[in-house]
Order: sequence, then C-alpha cells, then structure tokens
Amino acid sequence: MGMTVAQKILARAAGLPSVKVGEVVEPRVDLAMSHENAALVMNQFLEIYKETGLAPRVWDPARIAIILDHRVPAESAKTATNQKRIRGFVKEQGIAKFHDVRADEGGICHQILPEMGYVHPGYVVVGTDSHTTSHGALGALAFGIGATEMAAVWALGSVLNVEVPDTIKVVVKGKLDAQVLPKDVILHLIGRISAEGANFKVLELHGPTIREMSVAGRLTLCNMSVEAGATSGIVPADEETARYLREEAHLAETLEPVVPDADAAYCQTVEIDAAALAPQIACPHTVDNVKPVTEVAGVHVDQIVIGSCTNGRLDDLEVAARTLRGKRVARGTRMLIFPASWRIYRQALQKGYLADLIDAGAVIMNPGCGCCLGVHQGALGDKEVALSTTNRNFKGRMGNPNAEVYLCSPAVAAASALTGAITDPRG
Amino acid sequence: MAKVVLTLGDDVSTDAIYPGRFMATVLPSETPQFCFADLTEFNRALNGKQIAKGSVIVAGNNFGCGSSREQAASTLKGHELVIVAKAFARIFLQNSANLGLRTVICPTLEAKEGDELELSAAEVQNKTSGKRFPIVPLPKARQDVIDAGGLIAYARKRLVERARRA
Repeated sequence: MGMTVAQKILARAAGLPSVKVGEVVEPRVDLAMSHENAALVMNQFLEIYKETGLAPRVWDPARIAIILDHRVPAESAKTATNQKRIRGFVKEQGIAKFHDVRADEGGICHQILPEMGYVHPGYVVVGTDSHTTSHGALGALAFGIGATEMAAVWALGSVLNVEVPDTIKVVVKGKLDAQVLPKDVILHLIGRISAEGANFKVLELHGPTIREMSVAGRLTLCNMSVEAGATSGIVPADEETARYLREEAHLAETLEPVVPDADAAYCQTVEIDAAALAPQIACPHTVDNVKPVTEVAGVHVDQIVIGSCTNGRLDDLEVAARTLRGKRVARGTRMLIFPASWRIYRQALQKGYLADLIDAGAVIMNPGCGCCLGVHQGALGDKEVALSTTNRNFKGRMGNPNAEVYLCSPAVAAASALTGAITDPRG
Repeated sequence: MAKVVLTLGDDVSTDAIYPGRFMATVLPSETPQFCFADLTEFNRALNGKQIAKGSVIVAGNNFGCGSSREQAASTLKGHELVIVAKAFARIFLQNSANLGLRTVICPTLEAKEGDELELSAAEVQNKTSGKRFPIVPLPKARQDVIDAGGLIAYARKRLVERARRA
C-alpha cells in the first residue's frame, strides 16, 4: 500500500522506510516556530532541565523561529516584559530566525515563515499556534502544538509520540467565479465536513483549481484547515510552490517535493465543484456555521476587518483597494486593514493600495494579529457586529462575548464596506 | 465520586475556556484565575474555592477546539477539574496529557449538573441515574506521557538518557 504526503514526510523524518496510520513515531523537526508564547515555552524548557545538571541549550538554534506578532507593539506592561524576556533568550541561545517589532523584518508568523523561505516542501514544521497548518501550502507537514510540547522539541529536536494520522483527500475542480476566492473554498469545506470533520486527520488538497491557485491562496486554505479540526492541511508541492520559493522567498537551495503514491490510502474523499460555489460566510459563533452570503445579505456591520494570517496578503489587499478605489466606506461602519507582514505593507504602499484604502476611510494598522484574537486594536462594543476575513468567530473572539463575528473573503468584506451591510460582491 | 459542576455543549473553544484577552498571562501558577472567565458565575465559584477538586465538567464533541494556547489546559488543571467529553480536539487533548489534566472520552454519557459520577478506567457510572457508559481509551501516544507524570518529566527522562549515551 502506498503512502500519503503526511506518511511520506513522517517516515523520512522518523528515519523509517514507511509508516502506517496509527503507528507512533518521533519525527525530527525541521522548523520549530513560536510567537509571544515563547515566554511560556522558555519557562517549560527550563523546567525540563531542572535538576538534570545539564546546561539548558536548545537543540539547534538555526531551526527555531520566533516571531513577535500577537500583541505588537505591546498592549500592556505584562506583554512588554514577556517580549523583553524573549529577546534575552534569543540572544543567549543564538536563535537566528527572530523577527522583532520592526518594519524591516516583522509581520505575522504565518506570513514571515513562507516569505523568508524558512519552510521547504517535505519539512516537518511545528508551531505553538494552531494556524501553523498554514505552511502545508508549501508541501510541508505543519501542525500546531502546545508550549510544553515545544519545550520538549527545543530540548530534544523531535516531537515525542506522534500518531501517524489518517488523510482525507480533497479534490477541487472547476473555475472559480471572479468574486469567489480561496477563502470561499475553505469556508465551504469546513461547513460541509464540520468543525471536527478532520479532527486527528490531515487534509490533502488536490485538483485543477488548487493547481492553478497561487501560494497566497493555498496559504488561506491550509491556514483554516485547522478549523475543520485538521492536524495539517497539505498542498503537494508543484511548479507554483517552486516559483514562489525561488521568486518571492529568494530560496536557492534544492527542493525535494513530496507527492503521494498513486495507491495511497485515504480515509475519505471530498469533491468540491468550484464553479458552482457562491461567496460563503461563516455565521456566529462557530466557523462551521457556513452559508452562502446571499442568505445573510443585508445584516448591518459595525466593523470590517481585512487582514490577518488568513487574508492579509497582497492579493487580498488588491481586492479591497480595487473595490474601494474612489469610493467611501459607508457611514456607521469602520474598516480596519491588517497587512500580514511589513513586506506586504510596503508592496501595497508602492502599488497605491494603501492610499486607495485610506482615501476610502479605512484605517491601516501595523502588521500583526491585531483584533483577531481580541487582545488589542479594534475590540468590539456590546451587540456590535464584525465582518472579518480572519479565521475564527467564537463567542468573545474579538474581545467581547456580547458581540458577533462573521467570517468571509476579502471580496465580501470590501463590497460590504461600501454598503455597511453584508453584501454579495457579485452585485 | 465526583460531582458534575458544569455541563456544556459541542465545540467549546479554547477562547471560551481561556479568553484571548488574558493570553499575556502564561504561567500555570497564574492562569487558573481566568478559567471560563466569561461564565462569570462559574469563574467566581472556582476562584472562591466553592468547587471541590476532582469535580467534573461534562461536554459534547470537539471540546477544546481552536487555539493551541496551553493556558486552556493549565487553567483547568489549576482547579484539578476533570473533563468528560464526547470527543476532544487534538491539540487540547495533547496539552492535557502533557500537563496532567484528566480527560475522559465518553461518547454516550448522559449526565446533568449535580449528578455524582464514578470514573474508572473502563467506564463512567452515573450514580444519580444508575446508568453506566463506556469510555474510549486515550490515543496510545498520550498514555506514555501520562504514565510518566506529564511531558516535563517524560522529556527530562529522555534528555538525561540521551546525555548519558553521548
């Protein structure tokens, strides 16, 4: 029996000729990513070394990435102190892939890793962030872990006790409507298989629609695969992966793409007809409460958010700028833009997108997680409604349990900004 | 015997267990104060020590979905609560094993607030209703870590073994 992409990557990383679903392996880690929660990882890392008589040294400082993005610039003294401690640890341990709160290197971890070329096809990537699944867009097996699990990775260089997951094959065929975006594909999939439909499983994404999609779009798909519970979402590496890594991430190294065997075994196959898809929307308060946008059109929106690790890339900002150019955000609605990195911010600045958005009344925020997780920058008032291109709409997610969050594509968000109500971008 | 102190439905997210606005608080010694912070009465009862250690939260499918934040496990562990759910989300289940938070997978459980449960390795007995419900064993990859007393102890053992060999 052949192997899926996840099986092949795990077999290689565990030094085994093959692995079976359910087998327990200890894959060595190619890249270990953390953000502000590195403060907790550090604490647990030092705990592991306690009373061992060994000096705490990370297994490989070149394979650890730390990106400050969740609360930047710091919203509180507590966060600022955590970030200060992280800087000290980074220096002491010689961690090179560190991205501080700086416009010449900063951004959201799930954009920094791809654009810096830190993730290669076939890599095992772990991150103390559930949206680490994003990096499957480059043909890697990337999954979220907790802080203590990461502390063990920092100490030992491998993930202890990984059960080889089953894989669901997703095949997407057909041409998307101009106003239907990768975000709509993944929202539709989550709605179909539910928030736990892929729990403990990998989503392997195939089909002509995926092959024609840019890495930016694939990052959106893989980013949200965790919202179906998936351990990881993977787009097997192809020409587009290589183009992105060479042209946009300036990677010179040889790539080793991993593709599934022709007789790989999947636990389930899901087919999506992209041509039949309408713009989708995830209604409060679960990500799998997905409907065609037409069903909730007209709902008043107080705050529109475009950005985040899901939809803060140049393509997304272009959609917003094109829609809002020469027009105004409706009175009674405010609009926040969070570019996914400072590189994207600069590109959007040079292309004039940011000026278009500012002239329309949108507020351009600094790259970072911003209001997505409800910590700072753009909290919602009681009974307010947000329409957002981010990835979660749980009760309280944007800092207020008495508010509602709808999730959509940048096209839906931009069209709705003009009217102040949920609007179908197809007109 | 353990009392059911809270019953919840499906898809309880880590944002519900430990809201994002408290994420700057990371240490297991400090996270328990924000446990289910938006369920204000329950949170007050926990912080007022009105809920006995070993008390049970009963939940539906996909408990702990969403963010990988380990605070969601450490905040519950801090009150020594036991979570009995129909099913758990992967990262939360892993974090629980790593921190020694007791989780029980019981897909058919029927229990309401105030019921007394008896938890064994094979089943949950609802002493109040007299019914018994089978338990699904935890993924085997987690059991080694649990048996070692959590991931810190397990990783420490592995680290020392490696240093000895080198």
